[in-house]
Amino acid sequence: MSLDRREFLKSAAAASAATAVGMAIPASVEAASNQAQAGWRWDKAACRFCGTGCGIMMATKDDRIVAVKGDPLAPVNRGLNCIKGYFNAKIMYGADRLTQPLLRMNDKGQFDKHGKFKPISWERAFDEMEVQIKSALKEKGPTGIAMFSSGQQTILEGNAALKLMKAGFRTNNIDPNARLCMASAVTGFMNVFGADEPSGCYDDIELAETIVAFGSNMAEMHPILWSRVSDRKLSNPDKVQVVVLSTYKHRTMDLADVEIIFKPNTDLAIFNYIAREIVYNHPEAIDWDFVNRYIVFATGPVDIGYGLREDIHHPKYKKSELDTAAKQKSKVLTADEGVSLGYLGYKAGDTLQMKNTETANNHWQITFEEFKKGLAPYTLDYTAHVAKGDPDESIEDFKAKLQKMADLYIEQKRKCLTFWTMGFNQHTRGTWVNEQAYMIHFLLGKQAKPGSGAFSLTGQPSACGTAREVGTFSHRLPADMVVMNPDHRKRAEEIWHIPAGTINPKNGSHFTQIHRDLEDGKVKFAWVSVCNPYQDTGNAEHWIKAAREMDNFIVTSDGYPGISAKVSDLILPSAMMYEKWGAYGNAERRTQHWRQQVTPVGDAMSDTWQFVELSKRFTIKEVWGAQKIPGLEGGLPDVMGAAKAMGYKETDTLYDVLYANTTAKSFKWPDPVGKGYQNSEAEGDKRNVIGSDGKPFKGYGFFLQKYLWEEYRKFGDGHGHDYADFNTYHRVRGLKWPVVDGKETAWRYNAKYDPYAKKANSGPFSFYGHAFKEIPSGNLQGVTDKTKVHLDGKAKIFFRPYMEPTEVPDKNYDIWLCTGRVLEHWHSGTMTMRVPELYRAVPEALCYIHPKDAEKRGVKQGDMVWVESRRGKVKAHVETRGRNRPPRGLVFVPWFDEKVFINKVCLDHTCPISKQIDHKKCAVKIYKA
Amino acid sequence: MKHYKYLLMRRFTQIGILLLYIGANAWGWKILRGDLSASLLMGKVPLADPYAVVQIAVTGATLGMDIILGALIVTLFYGVIGGRAFCSWVCPINMITDTAAWLRRKMRLSEIQKRFYISRSLRYWILGLSLILSAVMGVAAFELISPVSMAHRGAVFGMGMGGGALVVIFLFDLLVHENGWCGYICPLGASYALIGKFSFIRVHHDANKCTDCRDCITVCPEKEVLHMINRSSESVLMGECTNCGRCVDVCKEDALGFSIRSQLKQPKDEE
Amino acid sequence: MKNSPSNDRRRFLLSIARGIGLSAMGALVWSAYVGEVKAAPLILRPPGALKEDEFIKNCIKCGLCVEACPYDTLKLAKPGDNLPMGTPYFTPRTTPCYMCSDVPCVPVCPSGALNEPSVSSYVKAHAKLDINKARMGLAVIDKESCIATWGIQCDACYRACPLMGQAITIEYSKNERTGKHAFLVPIVHADVCTGCGMCEHACVTQKAAIYVLPRALAMGEAGNHYIKGWDPKDEQRLESVNKEVPHEFTKTKLSEKSALDSLNDESGL
Repeated sequence: MSLDRREFLKSAAAASAATAVGMAIPASVEAASNQAQAGWRWDKAACRFCGTGCGIMMATKDDRIVAVKGDPLAPVNRGLNCIKGYFNAKIMYGADRLTQPLLRMNDKGQFDKHGKFKPISWERAFDEMEVQIKSALKEKGPTGIAMFSSGQQTILEGNAALKLMKAGFRTNNIDPNARLCMASAVTGFMNVFGADEPSGCYDDIELAETIVAFGSNMAEMHPILWSRVSDRKLSNPDKVQVVVLSTYKHRTMDLADVEIIFKPNTDLAIFNYIAREIVYNHPEAIDWDFVNRYIVFATGPVDIGYGLREDIHHPKYKKSELDTAAKQKSKVLTADEGVSLGYLGYKAGDTLQMKNTETANNHWQITFEEFKKGLAPYTLDYTAHVAKGDPDESIEDFKAKLQKMADLYIEQKRKCLTFWTMGFNQHTRGTWVNEQAYMIHFLLGKQAKPGSGAFSLTGQPSACGTAREVGTFSHRLPADMVVMNPDHRKRAEEIWHIPAGTINPKNGSHFTQIHRDLEDGKVKFAWVSVCNPYQDTGNAEHWIKAAREMDNFIVTSDGYPGISAKVSDLILPSAMMYEKWGAYGNAERRTQHWRQQVTPVGDAMSDTWQFVELSKRFTIKEVWGAQKIPGLEGGLPDVMGAAKAMGYKETDTLYDVLYANTTAKSFKWPDPVGKGYQNSEAEGDKRNVIGSDGKPFKGYGFFLQKYLWEEYRKFGDGHGHDYADFNTYHRVRGLKWPVVDGKETAWRYNAKYDPYAKKANSGPFSFYGHAFKEIPSGNLQGVTDKTKVHLDGKAKIFFRPYMEPTEVPDKNYDIWLCTGRVLEHWHSGTMTMRVPELYRAVPEALCYIHPKDAEKRGVKQGDMVWVESRRGKVKAHVETRGRNRPPRGLVFVPWFDEKVFINKVCLDHTCPISKQIDHKKCAVKIYKA
Repeated sequence: MKHYKYLLMRRFTQIGILLLYIGANAWGWKILRGDLSASLLMGKVPLADPYAVVQIAVTGATLGMDIILGALIVTLFYGVIGGRAFCSWVCPINMITDTAAWLRRKMRLSEIQKRFYISRSLRYWILGLSLILSAVMGVAAFELISPVSMAHRGAVFGMGMGGGALVVIFLFDLLVHENGWCGYICPLGASYALIGKFSFIRVHHDANKCTDCRDCITVCPEKEVLHMINRSSESVLMGECTNCGRCVDVCKEDALGFSIRSQLKQPKDEE
Repeated sequence: MKNSPSNDRRRFLLSIARGIGLSAMGALVWSAYVGEVKAAPLILRPPGALKEDEFIKNCIKCGLCVEACPYDTLKLAKPGDNLPMGTPYFTPRTTPCYMCSDVPCVPVCPSGALNEPSVSSYVKAHAKLDINKARMGLAVIDKESCIATWGIQCDACYRACPLMGQAITIEYSKNERTGKHAFLVPIVHADVCTGCGMCEHACVTQKAAIYVLPRALAMGEAGNHYIKGWDPKDEQRLESVNKEVPHEFTKTKLSEKSALDSLNDESGL
């Protein structure tokens, strides 16, 4: 058995050579042969969870997913995963998967809002929906129906939903949970660049030298990206500096060279301090070539409210809520605000009347000198005084940290990367703080360059791909288009092949507004798809009450019985991610497709199928006649004439027009790209599910998903949103759009990398986005010249002042509440709380609190406490140790746990511009339960 | 009812005490916490099983103050007042062995079964052996196998396979030897027999009233202690008497009754 | 012969002998059983427990610690558990020790088997219960099955650790295979780890890749004849050396015989 010495040396050399170049060929060959024997099949897919967009490979055997591996070829994660991704194989197999439609019924078998859920057939489910939608349309018109959609819908699903709502029902009341997640980032992008989504990509990480995580706990929320940041730090520990800012200490601070604990909302002041430091003390650091050529300065109104109800005496408000509610109309300025709003002539104690709540996003051009004036108050002393978040830290230490952070931005040639997530986006001034991040990078010329840029990380796997790119928002259409814009409507109508004038030009209700509309009886039918709006929206008691006690009809399509399903009237069992064909788009504009891996469980069917089946129940005549729209003079026109001119018949259904038209049918199934894979929508499946017509569903007979993709990508083609064709995505590991001539784009707006910027022929950069590129001009105080200036190819630097949040701790509610997530659980926990390993790891949400705050309230580690706000209260166990360490004066409670329903406590205040709810700050009290 | 007075009182006490223990673990009652090995009465008074404490002591362990104190309190109580009452008034096994004995009488097993000889002193051998083993093995030896603790802990903290031991004792008492466990084997009972030897509460026999029906002998689990029946009026002085009071219950003639031991010399037979 | 004094004496001696014989037999079985259960080394004890052999001597099996535990962590060994019967223990994978700051299980112990001073810290000679001083066991990591060592971003144990950043820290290293990710691998620090088992409970692998072992089992001992010259604190190890310095001589196979004997033994030449 002894190895000949020569042989040994030889094989050892070969082995070390193989390791040196990272080859693993023999192993993969071996794996391939094993694979054939064992009878399982590997295919690529994307991870179900966050916006990082890791590539995975799934093994299926006997029509069940048996294993997952990180995809070694995926550029984002190179075969790695976080622990949520590690459990992708298990998320679809919880024991309580929903397998059949359920309707609340009385003993006679009729729908009854107060009845118990009982199983029904798909046919009955669609009958009921048809009746309810028709009655809602009859009573309220198109705005009487709404859909809570999602950044976790696939791109194809999002597109199907958008067409059904906007082209079919002519309502703009479709808004995704991404509204709670990314909306402020979007408005930031739109205001600054004129186009949505980041300029850079993840490859910036490997090049950056200052990495700032501001309002982002990347270590827990984007673990794979965090491991790339960690690797970057390791590669040059002295040069690479990591700055982490948050309102409490969390895991991301483990790696921080500078860790800053700031008071809620003072991120606004900190950015202004850094800008002031640049403009006043380091003017040499300003990249004037860049600024002069590509930047205009701008500002907007401050009296924009807090996104609460306009009616501050709304009858549904509880008495305890009224004082906070009143802030929507006016607020008394504090001493700190007296300083920051001094440029408008205000001083401490003045009452700020909120006059621009409806026009919050108005903005106008100002001069650099004006911009500079605005920054004047943000001295180190003022900023440190306002922003220091840890009462136990010395002001001098805090100042030193701010100074160090500013230096790390300003240092010339130092490449800077700023990341943020919910800390900025869930913010009553979320749009502002997003804009401020670009302000710093633009001033220093550190944006849209490899290794430099402010980069918004997305929370959801397809917040970018579906919600933003498809545009499942109440105001959007695909490819950055909006319903208010007639040209945009026209293009959408052309691509969708529907009569001109079909699309409703009036913005619909945003996510929180849909809840409010339900509470006000304005929306009568709401459909929940791939989200959990009754657990994920602040001030939840109102919305739950509205769903359960008012005359309306809520449908939830879901895989598991979450809170939203529980408060619904009809539950539809949905196929989950790998039970259908789909595509997601991640935070760096990377689009990834996957095939259907297995047959759905029970009678579950995909959301796309549900939308399409419902569309069969409506003829165009029923929805395309003249419609009344509240607030839209003249309402929607009757487009039946135009429709007939286009060749449609009155008896055509929305199915015939939107999904099964001649173009759609030209996408044949079977298709080589699907060889060896099933397609439940195209051909039915072995279950022979009894469909919406009471007969076994045998499929549509054409490649619906491919049609939805190929039609959708026409929107972006030639408009800076180019995608590759359907088949390409099934060959590659995702591509970052714009995909021009088969090549992806790593850095947008940079002529070296972005063909669109190059085409603009305006030097090294071009900010070619079109949104908000015509604005008036004025000074800090307001518009002085209403003539619109055109800003083609330019981006904006905004001056935005510091303002306090809506609700600040006082004597009764004496401590801040911040909510968020934990690494182990995804969103409302419907999937991850059903994976036994993850459940055991973190079985419940805890109330993280400073030990001294706990002691002050007579509670200790492990005790049960009430967390109570003006809106509601929940019980949670006290945690004074562990992963999150709040400073005195703040508690942190994650929201994944439906048993610790923290959104009952949170406030439904939003950024008035983005309408994104702020779940990061409200005032509560803590006492022993 | 008169004929069950002490039996009922005993059952009440036994079950009551057990309930207090169970309540402490299950519902957080504060009256009697722990178990029969050691407990805390009203959150203050420590109690401990003297036999267990002695076993621990001989292992060479440094004893905790609470168990020394607890053992002293218990020793004092039974030594001065209760006698071997632990076995019949507290020990949960007693209910099992009583049932076995009752069944055995009902089924007349003693009559058809040839009695085989076990020495009543076996338990003292076991007691001695347990102490030697404790010292040698460095662990309280009987406590590791004690069915008494097993039954009691089982009731309070969860039975596990301990139920098996109880079944074995029951079957042993029923099928192998009358009163086999309590009367011959149990070293814990033996320890209380030694402790209770000089206690005050005693069963007194009045030979004048005795009709020699021998009902008392039939029900007595420690028959030797009633050697004086129908012979002489005297108190039951042997430590093995558990003060169970069954003899008092069943005596139709009131020839037996509880009394306080007289420190004076016993009245001698009046033959 | 009957009833003669000598027969009485013989009978007496015989019965004694029989007693001793039976006792010896019983003792054999009994001690074998006791020895067996006593030797269950994989048992985790409540905070403040004496060393296992001392603990098992002292514990009176009263269950007061079990009753004091608010999390139902502690259990008394039942027959069939194959553990020293009636003694308290816990199984972290099922329910770990949540490390209550007031350590309710220790002060109630009547026997001293749970030693209060060992879980107390002293502030100005004033003793205060301090759960961080508990040494119930030591978490050890099976590097093969720990998914963090594969590069998976897990560290569930690290986040679950009540002494996060002290008992478990994260070691960062470059993942050369991917070229752009880092390994974040948990490292347990024996001098801080209390053995509470929160990590074992949280571990997401099918069978925990991090698990608590009794310290005696998990740890080696370097011996006190060498002190780390670069670590001033290491001298403290000398304090545990007996007051009386043992003046012993070492023996190996070579030095078994006295010098004189081996010199005079020429057989090996």
